[in-house]
Order: sequence, then structure tokens, then C-alpha cells
Amino acid sequence: MSVAIRVIPCLDVDAGRVVKGVNFQNLRDAGDPVELAARYDAEGADELTFLDVSASSAGRDTTVEVVRRTAEQVFVPLTVGGGVRSADDVDRLLRAGADKVGVNTAAIARPELIAEIAQRFGSQVLVLSVDARRVSGGTTTPSGYEVTTHGGRTGTGIDAVEWAEKAAALGAGEILLNSMDADGTANGFDLEMLADVRARVTVPLIASGGAGRPEDFVTAAEAGADAVLAASVFHFGTLTIPQVKQEMREAGLEVR
Amino acid sequence: MGARVVVLDYGFGNVRSATRALERVGAEVTLTADRTAAQDADGLVVPGVGAFGACIAGLRKVRGHEVIGRRIAGGRPVLGICVGMQILFDAGVEHGERAEGMGEWAGTVERLDAPVVPHMGWAPVEVPEGSRLFAGVENERFYFVHSYAAQNFTQGHDSFADPRFRPPLVTWAHAGTPIRGTRFVAAVEDGPLAATQFHPEKSGDAGARLLENWVRTLG
Repeated sequence: MSVAIRVIPCLDVDAGRVVKGVNFQNLRDAGDPVELAARYDAEGADELTFLDVSASSAGRDTTVEVVRRTAEQVFVPLTVGGGVRSADDVDRLLRAGADKVGVNTAAIARPELIAEIAQRFGSQVLVLSVDARRVSGGTTTPSGYEVTTHGGRTGTGIDAVEWAEKAAALGAGEILLNSMDADGTANGFDLEMLADVRARVTVPLIASGGAGRPEDFVTAAEAGADAVLAASVFHFGTLTIPQVKQEMREAGLEVR
Repeated sequence: MGARVVVLDYGFGNVRSATRALERVGAEVTLTADRTAAQDADGLVVPGVGAFGACIAGLRKVRGHEVIGRRIAGGRPVLGICVGMQILFDAGVEHGERAEGMGEWAGTVERLDAPVVPHMGWAPVEVPEGSRLFAGVENERFYFVHSYAAQNFTQGHDSFADPRFRPPLVTWAHAGTPIRGTRFVAAVEDGPLAATQFHPEKSGDAGARLLENWVRTLG
């Protein structure tokens, strides 16, 4: 018996409201992240993730308020990412009640940010989010995967596996590996990429992008993921958390 | 009126979560670093997040170590959470640097040797016979997030010779697998002093039950 494979629903939040449709019945307000978070908690989510997609600082202030209200009601760990640029941003989210903070683009531009956050708050609060894709066209990287920005539209030429390894060495406590190729396809996670990153990092690894069927969660864990994150399959009710966990349990994986 | 609990606010804890989780189980919670309030409360919670050295330094700065010591001497309940538990041991070693702890228990807090570190997520615990803290949640999983832990527990305190004192009850957990992993102290119940390496305030209903068990012991 050891630590369970975590199942993590992710909510995109814009100025305090859930974006992308959410198709739950019996919700007073399907756009309220707090109500959705409580619902997922009740269903057995092992953690929750909010991705703040607000374009303005006023929008981000609203998200901080949402984090505060969520932490009042939800008693499982909450990760908040999106627009985090400094250790002070991290401080603000932690004070509001976030347990972990996701960092992405700002760390690509300035990798020292990872060390700054880890030194001030500890590695355990820092999730490095990597939006990666298989290289194509003229680009090459040693692993065959590159880091992207702007929702996968812009390649950076940075090797995704090396970046994950470097980030862990700088102090990232966890890697959220999001396959931009698989994202939105519902055809399963990029298992090769997961296995390649797993072989090189010893911090926990979260698989993201491509969840469609219950068995996708099993194969992601078997490829080396410590946690599996999904958004639309849960929001649209295609899959439920208990259903996914049942599949994992039957496959011999430990779940909560 | 519920039991009066002070959550010690010394700058190194997820104090908001701890406060809310205790309120949820009926405690009347004050978040403060005030020594008199911390001394007088029915129960004192010492949270802790981050580095051992920074936490113990922060605690000493508000003279929290004195309050904890005095409470224990007077048989008044204290609950340490995560690094708030680690600092109760003799010392902690992080990145090769040793920091002195409070020395309530023998042993050093050291880095976990497991395939994946930090040890993060919901893990089962091995609860000893007679635990009051885990009553009703012996077979539940709790949420851990840590890279360091006490990996031994020495039952060698002089006061055990005194029949009024029961030896500490130690709950264990594993990081990694039984084949490649480390056994570590997940919780201790030692008279007025209780502590958990995991985060009961983030462990859903199981964590709430554990906190409720603790709050109920407060007069």
C-alpha cells in the first residue's frame, strides 16, 4: 500500500467564472467555481486545479477572491495556476488559501523564478506546468518534444524533457505535463512522452491532455504518472470521478 | 461554546486552511502569535510549511517554542502539523544543513529515500492499538506532501518509568513501495502532545474526523 494515483479535475476560470461549458445537473450556478469545486470534492476528487485564464489584473483579483471562497468550503488540496509571474504572486495565492501554485510561461522566460519560489515557500508548493508537443517542421530537439507557449500555438524550441528535468533541479516540486497534441482529442494521453519525462524526473508527474475513456487514466498511471488531470470529460459528464477510480482499482492501481 | 483553539500564526503555515478545518469540527479558533492567547487556549495548533530551519527560526522569533514547552509541561494539548510536527524532534537536516529542533522526541528529520520525492498524495497509515486521534479513521488515507520525515522513533524517555505516563503511540506510513521506499513517522500521540506529518486540514472527511477527535480531548 502506498500513495494513491490522484485524479484531478481542472477548471478554467476567467474573472471568477468557469469558462468552457459545464454540463452538471442540480447546480445552482454552473459558472461558479466554488460550487463546482465542492461538487468535485464530494465526488472524490483527490485535488482540484484552477487555471486562471483572466486577461486582466482585475480579473486575476477576482480569481483570488474565488480561491479564498473555495478554501473556506473545500478540504482537499487546491492548485492555482495561470498568470503567476513572481514570488509575490505566489504569496498572494497561498495566503488566499491555495495549497500549490502552477507556474508556466514566466518560468520559461526566467527559470530563476522557480528557485526563488522554492526557496521562499518550499518545493512542495510549486507545480511546473509544461505545455509540450512533438516537434514538426524544421524544429528538432533531443527528445523530439518541445515546450510551447500561447496555448500550444507558439513553439519555443526548448526540449520539453530537458526543461522538466532542469525545473525539478531548480526546485519544482511537481511537473504537470500537458500534451498539446493530445489535448482536446479525447484519444488518450501521450504515453510515450509521459514515459520519457518519467525516466528523467523523480518529482511527482501529472498527466494532462487527451483523457477520453476510463482506461486512459489507467494507461497514464502505468506510463509513470503519479496523478491524472482532466477537464472537459468531467465537466461534460462524459466520465465521472468514481467511474474513473473504479476502472483504476480494477486494473490493480491504488486509488482513494 | 466549542473548545478554544489557537492556531499559531508565526508566518510558516497554511493557517487559513487549518483554521477553517478546525472551525468545521466545532472549535472556536483564533489565529494569532500572541503568547498569552496561545498559552491560555484549550488547544494549540502549530502548523508548518516549508523548510525545517526557516520554521524553527520563525517559531523562536515569536517565542513559540517557549509556549509549546510550557504547555507540554502543564499537560495542555498541542497539535503539530507537517513541519509543525518535524520541529518537535531533535533536529532536521535539509540540503546538508542541520537545524536544532525542540527535542521533545529523539531523532532527526531527514530526506526521504523513495523513487518519487516529494511524497505527495493520499497514503494509508498504520495506526497502533489504542489510538484516540485515529478513532474511526484507522483505515482511511490522509494527504501528505513532504520531502523530509522522521524515519525512526526512539521510545527511550526517562518518564516512561513513571506509571502515570504511557509511552508514545506512533503511527507509521511508507513513501514509495514496500520494496523501494522508506518507512516514516506519520503521527505521534504522546500525552498532551499530538502531531501529524500529513495535513488533516486537507484530508477531506477523514482529516475532519481526526481533528474532531483531537478537539474533543480539549476540556
